[in-house]
Amino acid sequence: MHDVLYLLLRRLRKPLITVIVVYAVAVTGFVLIPGQDDAGQPWRMDFFHAIYFVSFMGSTIGFGEIPYPFTTPQRAWTLVTIYATVIAWLYGIGSMLALVQEQGFSRIFRRRSFAKEVRNFNEPFYLVCGYGVTGTAIIAGLCQRGIRSVVVDVDQERIDALQMDDLPLRVPGLCANASLPDVLDDAGLQHATCIGVLALTDDDNVNLSIAIASKLLQPERVVVSRTESDIHARNLASFGTNHIIDPFRAYAEYLSLVAKSPYMHLVYDWLVNPYHRPVSSVYKKASGRWIICGFGRFGQALYDDFARGNVEMVLLDDNPEVLEGYDNTVLGLGTEAETLLKAGVEDAVAVVAGTHNDADNMSIIMTAMEINPKLVTVVRQNLSSNRLVFENSRADFVMEPGRIIANRILAKLKTPLLPVFIEKMQHYDEVWAHTLLNRMSNIAGDKELDSWSVKITEASSPAVMAMFEQGLAVKLQSLMKNSRDRRRSLPCFPLLHRRGEVLTMLPGELIELQPEDEVLFCGLSSAKGRMEWILKNYNILFYILTGEDPSFNLLSRILKRF
Amino acid sequence: MNREKVIFAFFIVLALTLNFGFFLGGFDEIAHHNVYELFAATIVSMICTVLKFGDRTHIGALMLATSLVADLQLIVAAMIWGYGVQMSVDGMTPELVSSIVSLSGGALLANVVSVVLLMVETIMVRR
Repeated sequence: MHDVLYLLLRRLRKPLITVIVVYAVAVTGFVLIPGQDDAGQPWRMDFFHAIYFVSFMGSTIGFGEIPYPFTTPQRAWTLVTIYATVIAWLYGIGSMLALVQEQGFSRIFRRRSFAKEVRNFNEPFYLVCGYGVTGTAIIAGLCQRGIRSVVVDVDQERIDALQMDDLPLRVPGLCANASLPDVLDDAGLQHATCIGVLALTDDDNVNLSIAIASKLLQPERVVVSRTESDIHARNLASFGTNHIIDPFRAYAEYLSLVAKSPYMHLVYDWLVNPYHRPVSSVYKKASGRWIICGFGRFGQALYDDFARGNVEMVLLDDNPEVLEGYDNTVLGLGTEAETLLKAGVEDAVAVVAGTHNDADNMSIIMTAMEINPKLVTVVRQNLSSNRLVFENSRADFVMEPGRIIANRILAKLKTPLLPVFIEKMQHYDEVWAHTLLNRMSNIAGDKELDSWSVKITEASSPAVMAMFEQGLAVKLQSLMKNSRDRRRSLPCFPLLHRRGEVLTMLPGELIELQPEDEVLFCGLSSAKGRMEWILKNYNILFYILTGEDPSFNLLSRILKRF
Repeated sequence: MNREKVIFAFFIVLALTLNFGFFLGGFDEIAHHNVYELFAATIVSMICTVLKFGDRTHIGALMLATSLVADLQLIVAAMIWGYGVQMSVDGMTPELVSSIVSLSGGALLANVVSVVLLMVETIMVRR
């Protein structure tokens, strides 16, 4: 408030003083100049009438010569002061209006109302810096889960887009440079209910300064940052950034699962991506020789991961320097059939078009598909504006960095147990993954598979705790019953159960719950809402446990005694 | 020498002196109090208020407050004067005059505080 008011007052000094001085001079003139009353007697205007006359003259209202017709000297003075007061008045009003419309002023005003709105938040929220492809997807995901968020972006167009996007929750946005700590502070960095800071701008340096500011001011706050270079990743890790996401490395890991264990890859895909790949995609053969076109950051990350999984690779690049020291290399971009044939595309299983040029990537894919239609194709999309072309490219995998980061981060934010599960599941074999995938497929079909975790505490599941107090045991399966008909189950199943340090993968449904237990479920989002009822409403849980639906009001309790 | 400071101090001291000049005289004696002086004191006091706008320091805020007090008292005094001359049935009675003078006395006190604050600020700068 103070900033705006002070700015207003400071700028209005000159016009206000002008108005006061001009009015004072005009009033003094009218008091001093002799006049005549209606009887022709000499008369002098007093201050009251002079101020009255000047006030309506200055504002161009003009009631006439009051109280008596003016004499010539008075008219002459009026002539002078009309122009002086009107100009002073217009100057005063004009500068005030100009100030209100001025960019700087409205920016301060917007910033102030934004900061005020954030300050009044009383529920947990994430501070998201950058509203590009990643930011948009993450905000949408958070809103869907009912988690509030605040956006800071340097581009006014993106903030406008945020306001146009039809989000279920109100997300305040500010157009400002997020690398400035006081901007972050206004956006709620030090707010008591801020759960985490997501640095998602496309500038690594900005992300770095956001992460540093956040870690310095609030060391225990979760910080997630995207980065596209190893140096920044190491730098971010050095001061304790909680999650660092490199889109190329993330996608390389994801792809190497395709080559190693396709079923495991699908399980991962279903849990992490909202629009998962169909089960039928697994029947495409993916183990064999992979052709990697473009040996930049993405190609390098892919090579590292594939080399660990002993996948046979051929590397293509038009720059001989980057290929130096590697086996199985072909010089060329891969956009023409000759190079691809040299790389052995006829008996390869997959081709990765990973250059930094979208047109080249499309060309590689189309040429390769013509020679060998059975290929698994992976194409890197650099510009999000090219989506239409890539969607219709019929490539098996479209790698779009923005979405990858968004899905990764959302998976981490949804529930901290999900990354634990994903890490642990990679120790299991393909058969295990296949069974799990079938269970998921039975429940979700083509719909989005959601995952959520439940903790048995007084705050998050009071009904279960109340049952414990009465000495009743609650089994895991009770949480997954339909509250309208307890013989039916909700479309979900447990993935992971945590009791203290002990983790159980795919726990049995007959486990008896204990306080402080944590369970990770996957299923349709509708089941999540139903489960919430069971956890929180004593009557519903009582019905599910016993099959009875008694009323628990005071009257019926008293009546029951008789 | 800072021209802005000269103007600032000039107006603040002028507000005090004009106010003092108007205040001087018998409490209910209208002949001792000049309407032009009251007008001038009010105008100068208003200019002082505007000059003090936009200063973020603590002393600036105090000075603005004293100026607003002086404005308020002087404007009320002028309004009573106008009432006495224009509307009152008995004309300007000694009671009205004494209330005008006592109001301007209050404004005088506020102006004295304002000048004291100006001196405090000057001494703090030590140059």
